[in-house]
Amino acid sequence: MARMLLTGNGAAAWGARLAKVDYVPAFPITPQTEIIESLAGWIEGGEMGGRLVTLESEHSMITAAGAAAATGVRVFTATSSQGLLYGMEMLYTAAGWRAPFVLVNVSRGLAAPITLEPDHNDILAARDSGCLQLHCATCQEVLDGTLLAFRLAEDPRVRLPVIVNLDGFYLSFTREPVELPEDAAVDAFLPPFDAGNIAFRAGMPTSQAVVVLGGSSYSYFRYEMHLAALKALDVYDELAGEFAARFGRSHDAIEAYRSDDAEVVFVMMGSFATKAKAAVDRLRDAGRAVGLVRPRLLRPFPAEPLRRALAGKRGAAVIDQNLSMGKGGVLHAELASALYGQRDAPHVLASFIGGLGGRDITDEEFFDMARITREAADAGVSPPPKLLYTRDELLQVRKLQAVAHVERQQ
Amino acid sequence: MSGQETIFQRMKDLPSTHLLGAGTPMCAGCGGLLALHEIYDVLGEKTVFVNAAGCMTLLSVYPFTPFRGSWLYTSMASAPAGAQGVRDALDILLNKKQLAPAEDLDVVVLTGDGAAYGMGLSSTSAAMERNLNFIYLCYDNEGYGNTGQQYSAATPHAARTATSKGARGFAGYKKDLFAIWAAHKPAYVATVIGSEPLDLARKIEKAKRMKGPRMIIALAPCPTGWDFDPQESVKIGKLAVATGVWPLKEDVDGTVTHTMIPRHRRPVEEYLTMQGRFAHLFHPQRNEPLLAELQASVDAYWAAVKEAP
Repeated sequence: MARMLLTGNGAAAWGARLAKVDYVPAFPITPQTEIIESLAGWIEGGEMGGRLVTLESEHSMITAAGAAAATGVRVFTATSSQGLLYGMEMLYTAAGWRAPFVLVNVSRGLAAPITLEPDHNDILAARDSGCLQLHCATCQEVLDGTLLAFRLAEDPRVRLPVIVNLDGFYLSFTREPVELPEDAAVDAFLPPFDAGNIAFRAGMPTSQAVVVLGGSSYSYFRYEMHLAALKALDVYDELAGEFAARFGRSHDAIEAYRSDDAEVVFVMMGSFATKAKAAVDRLRDAGRAVGLVRPRLLRPFPAEPLRRALAGKRGAAVIDQNLSMGKGGVLHAELASALYGQRDAPHVLASFIGGLGGRDITDEEFFDMARITREAADAGVSPPPKLLYTRDELLQVRKLQAVAHVERQQ
Repeated sequence: MSGQETIFQRMKDLPSTHLLGAGTPMCAGCGGLLALHEIYDVLGEKTVFVNAAGCMTLLSVYPFTPFRGSWLYTSMASAPAGAQGVRDALDILLNKKQLAPAEDLDVVVLTGDGAAYGMGLSSTSAAMERNLNFIYLCYDNEGYGNTGQQYSAATPHAARTATSKGARGFAGYKKDLFAIWAAHKPAYVATVIGSEPLDLARKIEKAKRMKGPRMIIALAPCPTGWDFDPQESVKIGKLAVATGVWPLKEDVDGTVTHTMIPRHRRPVEEYLTMQGRFAHLFHPQRNEPLLAELQASVDAYWAAVKEAP
């Protein structure tokens, strides 16, 4: 086992290389491009097998990914942000084909206004597509998650595409030490894709993705997808257990950090959760019983593990790095639906929006969120949702507006 | 095309039984289905059709299909990219010896004009540029037929459609998809029509023997969209060729050859009068300037053909 300094993008590329993918339909987009550049270089240099083809759009890229998977080869692809949205029609479609492939999404805020920095509105737009979602917080998790994702996608009980998500810049371009598993160990965990009856061949004519007439047939196939996605919870647990046994690293459906005896817990996804971890340590140093719960799986939604991890807590501060306009944080709403009516659910579920377009979340803000949640629990009333923003930030924006105004006058 | 290389010397050489099953939900008299029947007979069942949203998406309705071979529906815009994925995967499996050569398939994109001339043009262009080894078949009924014949980029000038019902019909002009495709220098580009089955069979036979992008546009007389009696479908198709409105041609290595040059071109009017979509050119009174314009544009096309070296 080798240890290397890898960016999140590098870890994703290594995941695909170790998975010995057959086919990589590609299209460049910031901040994902390093992934396909790495793979293109390795394939050209003969360091890995497989075929990489650059399509003319993400819509075509995901079509080719699904079509190749539906023909029976192992497929990896990657995109970000606008690209994920441009290909969205085909995410839904390929999931309906029950074509197992892995797509790495490097999260980036959506236009408009246009930005290169991360938040989760892109990946959450794919929430209901039928693609499963694995959210990573570290570069190691990106590599391990990519391997896990292939097993999960290809499992005959699941057979759905899996999206592995990592945050642009904060993870995509951050170097961390990453354990590279040995080839043989990966091969033992992830043998070549056994496509079974997923094939196009002369001797076995197949019609895939045909029209259905009427709601009964349609509902049948949609329910099948849902049940397969739910089944993926058990399958994931099994796979994570096997992965831990083989490689010594645990990637359970949720990560619980110093939360067992916590009164208040932060709940958040992705690499910004590592900031929450640091804040938890400092709050613990100050004698506050605070912890962190981080879902790795978003689809399927690990409702039961989350209920267990939050049982008996006084309050949870759900920090959403996304914003559903006119509603609020998506994770907050999802968690509320999982906890509603549970006897030992936290008394208070506070909602915070932060980290949009890569905006930092400071230690002080984490301390504040913990305090607000604790005080709300004391009062027994959930606080109104809070959009993280400082007076100083507002001042800076006002200055830019003033400059814009003056420039226009001239 | 020289006679030696084709097994289709005369009409009786054409397959007498159809591979494509009967009883599809296509309209009676569908010129697209006629062309598909004839094309499928030549291509054979070792094919996978990669389909874009259009009338023919309704050929395969769960749990039935008229195809002896395989089928994959994709989306309206990206059937050529679906063909890319299937072709690449088949090649990968062949290289890994996980697929016997006898199990290989011809990958055939099947789209209407809405996808081919418009939404799918980008993915089609890219597939040609990547030299994808596939056949593209566009059935062109000159409008968004499946939704009730709204005008598309394939609609001819002056045709009445559900979105061009005025006295002058469609104000735009039919896009020259043959030229756009040919500009990409694919292996083969051809126009065909179901009502000229010998010409069609020879072209499909030729395309099947080639590698690379082989691009076929079939004019598809459409009883419901063009407003004519289904039994007139073949007659209208023949008139499209005889009047010079639908030139039958092919492009190989940048050389365009007309495969059926009407010796005595019939007046365009004969083609137009048979279709309700052009009725406003004749009733309540004849629109002489517009009729003259339509005839002149066909004349100009053939004059240019004559002058070409």
